[in-house]
Amino acid sequence: MPEKYHIHLKTTPPRFQPFGKYSTVEFREDCAGSCKECVKKKCIYGIFEDDYVHVSSMEEPEYLYACQSCFRCVQECTKGIFSRVINPDYRTLGDDYWRSETIHRLWYQAHTGKIPVSGAGYRGPFVGEGFDSMWTDMSEIVRPTRDGIHGREYINTCIELSRRVTRLTFHEDMSLASEVFPILEVPIPVLFKQPSFGVLSENVLLAAARAAHLLGAMMFIQAENYSDSFLPYADSLIPCLTKASYQDFSDLVLRSRMVELAYEPEIEKEFAKLRSLRPDLIIGVSIPLNAKAASRTLRLAQTEVDTLRFYADDRGNELDAEKPRFLKEMIREIHLTLVENLIRQKINLVFSGGIAMAEHMAKAIICGADGVTVDTPLLIALECWLCNRCLEGKSCPVELEAIDPEWGSQRIMNLIGAWRNQLIEVMGAMGIREARRLRGEVGRSMLFEDLERECFGPIFGERKVSGLG
Amino acid sequence: MNQTKNQLKETVEITSRFRHTISKYIIRRNSRCISCGLCAELCPYGVHPRYDNYSKPLRPQSHKCIGFSCKENEFYCVDRCPEQALTLGLNPILETLGDYRWTSEMLIAHWEMAETGNLPVVDLEYDLGNSGGGFDKIRFKLPDAKDYLNVSDEEIDTSVDLNKRNDGRPERSISIPCYGGGMSYGSTALPVMVGRARAAKRLNTLTCTGEGGYPQELVPYADHVITQVATGLFGVREETILYTPMVEFKYAQGAKPGLGGHLLGDKVTPEVAAMRETVEGNALFSPFPFHSVYSVEDHKKHVDWVKEINPRVLVSVKVSTPTDVDMVAVGSYHAGAHVVHLDGSYGGTGAAPDIAKKNIAMPIEYAIPKVHKFLTEEGVRDEICLIASGGIRSAMDVAKAIALGADGAVIGTAELVALECVRCGNCESGRGCARGIASTDPELGYMITEEWSEQRIVNMYTAWRKQWCEILRQYGLRSFKELRGRSDLLVHLDYLEEKERAKYQPAPRKQLII
Repeated sequence: MPEKYHIHLKTTPPRFQPFGKYSTVEFREDCAGSCKECVKKKCIYGIFEDDYVHVSSMEEPEYLYACQSCFRCVQECTKGIFSRVINPDYRTLGDDYWRSETIHRLWYQAHTGKIPVSGAGYRGPFVGEGFDSMWTDMSEIVRPTRDGIHGREYINTCIELSRRVTRLTFHEDMSLASEVFPILEVPIPVLFKQPSFGVLSENVLLAAARAAHLLGAMMFIQAENYSDSFLPYADSLIPCLTKASYQDFSDLVLRSRMVELAYEPEIEKEFAKLRSLRPDLIIGVSIPLNAKAASRTLRLAQTEVDTLRFYADDRGNELDAEKPRFLKEMIREIHLTLVENLIRQKINLVFSGGIAMAEHMAKAIICGADGVTVDTPLLIALECWLCNRCLEGKSCPVELEAIDPEWGSQRIMNLIGAWRNQLIEVMGAMGIREARRLRGEVGRSMLFEDLERECFGPIFGERKVSGLG
Repeated sequence: MNQTKNQLKETVEITSRFRHTISKYIIRRNSRCISCGLCAELCPYGVHPRYDNYSKPLRPQSHKCIGFSCKENEFYCVDRCPEQALTLGLNPILETLGDYRWTSEMLIAHWEMAETGNLPVVDLEYDLGNSGGGFDKIRFKLPDAKDYLNVSDEEIDTSVDLNKRNDGRPERSISIPCYGGGMSYGSTALPVMVGRARAAKRLNTLTCTGEGGYPQELVPYADHVITQVATGLFGVREETILYTPMVEFKYAQGAKPGLGGHLLGDKVTPEVAAMRETVEGNALFSPFPFHSVYSVEDHKKHVDWVKEINPRVLVSVKVSTPTDVDMVAVGSYHAGAHVVHLDGSYGGTGAAPDIAKKNIAMPIEYAIPKVHKFLTEEGVRDEICLIASGGIRSAMDVAKAIALGADGAVIGTAELVALECVRCGNCESGRGCARGIASTDPELGYMITEEWSEQRIVNMYTAWRKQWCEILRQYGLRSFKELRGRSDLLVHLDYLEEKERAKYQPAPRKQLII
């Protein structure tokens, strides 16, 4: 029996104190001074324990990374001098897509490898843009697992990156006549992509490459950055090449299981040339996610390509469009174009851009993707807070250039391990035991506009507000 | 008889357990104060406490202050203070309290209801959250003044019949359209469980054991305690089926649909382990789903089994809200359930993966009309009691849920908010709730008394009832039974033309950091 896929998680603390969400405000003029009842000493989470100097010297403000927001200090301070505000630095984290809470959650997962779990109900908006206007389904009665979804039962999260034979043919003697293509399978439906910005030092890329290697995943890397230091991870790297450049990188082609070419018209003519260098080569093509993506996909699907990777912008939006559509709609369009033309089974579709949380991975697959890539979350796992100083040529506040690749790879593995466990949670709720079966299963999801129409339409009539309202 | 049934319960003012109640406004007194006592004399709300035999100024009770609207009053302390020693401001801490669904004002308002038994006098928005959808965009239609029914609260019937099957089992009725959600021994503190049961008895409603066994302390209130049978079958014994007026089969929970329960090892104290017949300190998983149920027929077998053990028991089936929730509800009816309990996806929990709380299954606002319509079309609607939960936060949400088609609601979070939950979400970790509500820690788990819990919950529901009665009166209705399914009395802001929409309070939309 093959060994069960397992991601080795290990608590990997950050190098710098992360931003706390809260900071304390103390109205010192009323403080009793050496109060024996000081609430800071009584905090049940002990968050002030390591900070006894601060308690005595009372420098301010005090930023609380570990505050659990129980309000007891505020309510029990003998003089009522204790209050708190949102840490102003926390507010500056990220932007309106890569929100501060998203970054915080990614840090937590990279640190601990654990699924974010909390008590009380959901705290967010009813519905949101993009993937937040979609819910996943569950089944009340499903085939039970023996000891839970994280137990001994194998829930398969593998996907393939190699093309498939859609119809088998046989000789008269019933031997197989069809050519069977080489198979490239990865155990998780998430691939890594070299981020489009940030401190992309060799250490950072090595951390990602090492994590991809240990996870059994693959990483798209620009050929120019592929130095000899990456050789131990060659099996897990997908060099990104162009029609003009691939001949200059023939050594990379020879040592890689898969390469990717940037889309341009008639790119398919290069496939045979590439395979002449390495016959078992898996070939991907990267395509901008714009209005032409669906028609290009249909054309390329007829060729000998294995995987198409589409790249949206960093927020998952369509490129080159006045009113860009989100990844969710674009995936549906491309997936359904192939389904309608009876060729979806042949190739694999991978989507890049804006994948920020584990739920995005699950929802992208439900919309019709085989897998997704992550880029910015790799940097966040390494403590990046998207301050964008590097874009202006300034120094990185968390010294990304100096990270230890081993430390970095463990942080990335922790993050991806937590994501995979969350995917299993979502699949387990539906009773689906195989990530490939989730692909395109929109019947196992609920869209905001459909629910509004079906449940509220008969009561309230026609919606008079477009979008989410 | 109805007069007795509808009698409001006794409310007793019962203050916060903590020294300082979190408030919307803050009144500060500076060192210029000469303790003349004028503010104490002036304020009718008791913001400035003063004792006859103690002349020094005490810290103002800011949570009783009605805020800037008081400027119009003769007794506005800030203006009248001869030394100008008082200042009034919005409490900056509000920014760090609450979330999109339970806003800071909604939390503070419920604390005040639980303290006083009345609707808040402070201008707090407690009917609408900030979620931007669902209940927060649904409004009752503007009432026609001529429909107003001028009757007292005692003449209004807020009861719900749980058994409509006419099957010879008890015709049980609860006096308010809500009962308490399941919270297990282990996830919540024992005094909280018992306090909830005592409140249920006083209010003539029910509460639920959750899946963690049936502590002996609940036995005196057994006629008001539902025994939950969930997938782990923790603590389920023949006598616990015999004690109870209603057994609840929990197939799934809205906050974590399709996932089992999880009690972390830290909360499995010797007492919890003994109750659940497990090992101390070991994390406990309830599997998903019932390992003995592969079909509706298997489910019927469960229902029959319980009915056979206890010939007087009613059966409730708690399910989550998948796409086929309407079929699930009809299946439960045909299996013999008296109550179908839908738990929507935004409901509460002691611990659940954040990904599940946000993403899995549909919000309850969609599930209620879907199921109500389907049960009606199938011709069985009047034979089953449809109970909704999961994201029903306030008296107004309950009324909206009933107008959408539910018979009543199950309330969990709001009861804990009455006990001063701040929704920090740390119920599951370490020693558990720092506020002593969801903790079995030997110290934290006894921060609350049963009496205090009971009275706070009674107070909150009494305040809710006052609001329900006013809603019913506005539409000329005498009972919640008349309101059920009256979705014609509701509007949704997104389904109104702009001019019509302007007549209603807009949905609060504020960007929060959560």
